[in-house]
Amino acid sequence: MDLKTLTELRAPSGNEQPLRRALLAEIKAMGLEPKLDRLGNVVVVKPGTQGAGAKRVMLSAHMDEVGLIVANVTEEGFLRPLPIGGVDPRVIISKRVLCGDEAVPGVIGAMAIHLQTPEDRKRVLGYDDIYVDIGAKDKAEAQAQCPMGTYITFDTAYVEFGDGFVSAKALDDRVGCYTLLRVLEGTYPCDVVAVFSSQEEVGCRGAKGAGFAQEPDVALVLEGTTCNDLGKVPQPEQVCAAGAGVAVSFMDRSSIGNKRLFAQALELAQAQAIPFQVKGSVSGGNDAGVIQLARGGVPTLVLSVPCRSIHSPSSVCKLSDVEAQLALTQALLRAM
Amino acid sequence: MYELLKKVLKPYGPSGNEEAVAQTIRQALEGHVDSIESDVMGNLIAVKKGTDPNGKKVMFSAHMDHIGFIVTGFEKEGFLRVTSVGGVDPSSNQFRHVVFGNGVEGVVVSQPLQPGENRAMKHLFIDIGAQDKAEAEKMVKLGDVAVYAPNVVRLGEHRVASPAMDDRSACAVLLQFLLQAGRYADTIIGVFSVQEEVGCRGAKTASFALAPDVGIALDVTAWGDTPEVDQPAVSLGKGIAVKVMDRASISNPALRDQLMGLAESKGIPYQREVLAFGGTDAGSMQTSRGGIPVCTLSIPCRYVHSALETVDLRDMEAGVQLMLAYMEDGVK
Repeated sequence: MDLKTLTELRAPSGNEQPLRRALLAEIKAMGLEPKLDRLGNVVVVKPGTQGAGAKRVMLSAHMDEVGLIVANVTEEGFLRPLPIGGVDPRVIISKRVLCGDEAVPGVIGAMAIHLQTPEDRKRVLGYDDIYVDIGAKDKAEAQAQCPMGTYITFDTAYVEFGDGFVSAKALDDRVGCYTLLRVLEGTYPCDVVAVFSSQEEVGCRGAKGAGFAQEPDVALVLEGTTCNDLGKVPQPEQVCAAGAGVAVSFMDRSSIGNKRLFAQALELAQAQAIPFQVKGSVSGGNDAGVIQLARGGVPTLVLSVPCRSIHSPSSVCKLSDVEAQLALTQALLRAM
Repeated sequence: MYELLKKVLKPYGPSGNEEAVAQTIRQALEGHVDSIESDVMGNLIAVKKGTDPNGKKVMFSAHMDHIGFIVTGFEKEGFLRVTSVGGVDPSSNQFRHVVFGNGVEGVVVSQPLQPGENRAMKHLFIDIGAQDKAEAEKMVKLGDVAVYAPNVVRLGEHRVASPAMDDRSACAVLLQFLLQAGRYADTIIGVFSVQEEVGCRGAKTASFALAPDVGIALDVTAWGDTPEVDQPAVSLGKGIAVKVMDRASISNPALRDQLMGLAESKGIPYQREVLAFGGTDAGSMQTSRGGIPVCTLSIPCRYVHSALETVDLRDMEAGVQLMLAYMEDGVK
C-alpha cells in the first residue's frame, strides 16, 4: 500500500476501522496472518530465521490520527467540535473536513475578518469560537447527519511536491505504518511482531495492551515527529530537519531510549551510510513510553520521520527520510 | 553512615544512566546478600531470602537516579543548549558547576531575562570552555547528560549537604540496612531503582517482575523548618518520616500504623508526613498487578532538587533501625 492511500484513509483515534480493514486485507495479500486484538490493534507475527531462541522484536506504528469529534450541535445547525489528540485550533480554521462514516463534507468556520474588531484580531481563537458548517438547514438536519460523537477528519489530498517532499494529513503516523508494511516484506533473523496500534494520540492505549500481551524482548517504535525547521528558529530549537534522515531519539517525555540500542542504531547508520540525525529535543511521547513499562520492562528505541506542521491538516515530510527510517529499521532487525 | 553516604554519593547517575551507581552498590553488597541482579531497565535487585517457606516478600525501593541537564543543541559559539531530566528548577540555576559522564566539566549559566520574564530551561546554557561548535561537539554529544558536580559538605555535627542526596541518601539507608539485616521469616528484596525522577519507571517494571507482598519506598521529602517555610510539617533531625500520603500514593493504613507503632515501642525517632505534591516509587508499586500495600519512609531533605540538598544523618540512622524493626516484626 502506498503512502497516498495510507494518508487518505480516515482513522482518528478510536475509529481506526477504515485503515484497519485496509491493512488486514493488504497483510493477508502478502501471505501473512494478521490478527486483531481487543483494543483494535492489528498484530502480525513473522517468525525469524533463527528459529528457537530468536529475539522477539516488537515494531509499533500507530494507525490513528488526530482529528475532531462533534460535542454539540447549535440551534442553527452548526457542529461544535472538540479535539481528539493534540490539535491546535489556530491551524484548522477555514479548512475542509469530512464528518462521520458517510464522509459528510464540512468547513471549519470562524467570524469573518470584516466583522472582527481590532481586539478580536489579536485574540487567539479556541474551541469555544469555532464551528463546523455542514450546510445543514437546521439543528434537526445537522443532528440527523452528524450526531454527537461523530468523528471529523481533515479533508486533505496527498500531494508530492518540490524536491522529494510530500504534503498530506496524518503523516503522523502513516509514515510509520508504511515503513512497517515494507518491513514485513522482508525476513530477519529475529521474530518480528508488527503492531499497527490504536489510540496513540489519546494516550498510547493500544500499544499499552499490545506491549503487555506480546511480551517482546525489544521494541522499536516507528513514528512521525515534530520538525521545527521553518522560519527563524535557532538551530538548537529545531528538533530535527526534514531531509536530513531518520531521527533517532535519546529521550522524550515518555521514555529514555535504551542506551545500547541507541548506540547500535547510530553505528549501523554510519556503517551503512543511512542518512540519520539525533533528535535534538526532549518533548512529546509515544508508544515507547508504555511498551517500555510492560511487565518486567522492555528496551525501546524510537525512529522517526521529521514532519513539518505535524498534527495539522497539511503536514509535510521528505520521502527520503521515510526510506531512511525503513533502512535503519531493517538494519537493526538484521543485527538482532 | 557518613562514610557509606559519601561512597554512594560519588558516582555519576542521571536518570537513564545509573550504571556507575549500580556498580558501586553491587560491590558494597557482594557477599552480604543471597543474590544481586540487574534487570533489563537497569534496576539493581538484591535478595535476602526468608526462613519461612510461606513467608512474604517485602520490596524496599530506593532510586539511584538523580536530576540533570540533557544536551539538545549546540550554539555556534560552542555553548550547549539543554533541557531538564527530572524536576530541575531553572530559577536556582545560575553559575552552577556541572559535570558530564565522560568527565567534561561545565558551568550552567542563564542568559539575561527580559523584564517580567521568569527563568526557564530555554534561558539556560552550559559553558564547557569550547571555542566554537565544532570543538563542543568533540567534547559532548547530543543526549549527553550533565549533573551537579559532586560536592559533599559537612554542616555541623549531624548534617550533610550534597547534590544527589535525592535519592542516594536513601540508597545509603537501604545499603546499610541490607548489610546489617539478619535472617527473618520474610524475604527482603532491595531494589535500587532507575528513572524515578522521570516517572518512577524502574519501580514499575521491578514491582511487576518481583511481585512483592509489601512495598516500602525509601525517598527524601521536602522540609518545613527554615524561615518562612512550614509545609510539609517535617524537620531535619526529628527522625525518619512515615508518609501518610503524597500525590502518587496513599500509604496503606495498616502498614503505616505498624511502622509508627514499632517506632513508638522501640524508641526510634519518627515523624508523620503529609506531602501536598510529589510522589515516590510507592506510587508505581501500589498499582502493580492486582495492587500492593505500600508505605514510604522519607528522609527530610532541605533544598531538595538543588545542588546542595541537605539531610541529617540521625534521620537516616532512624530509617535503618525502623526497617530492621519491621523485618523483625514481620509482614502482618
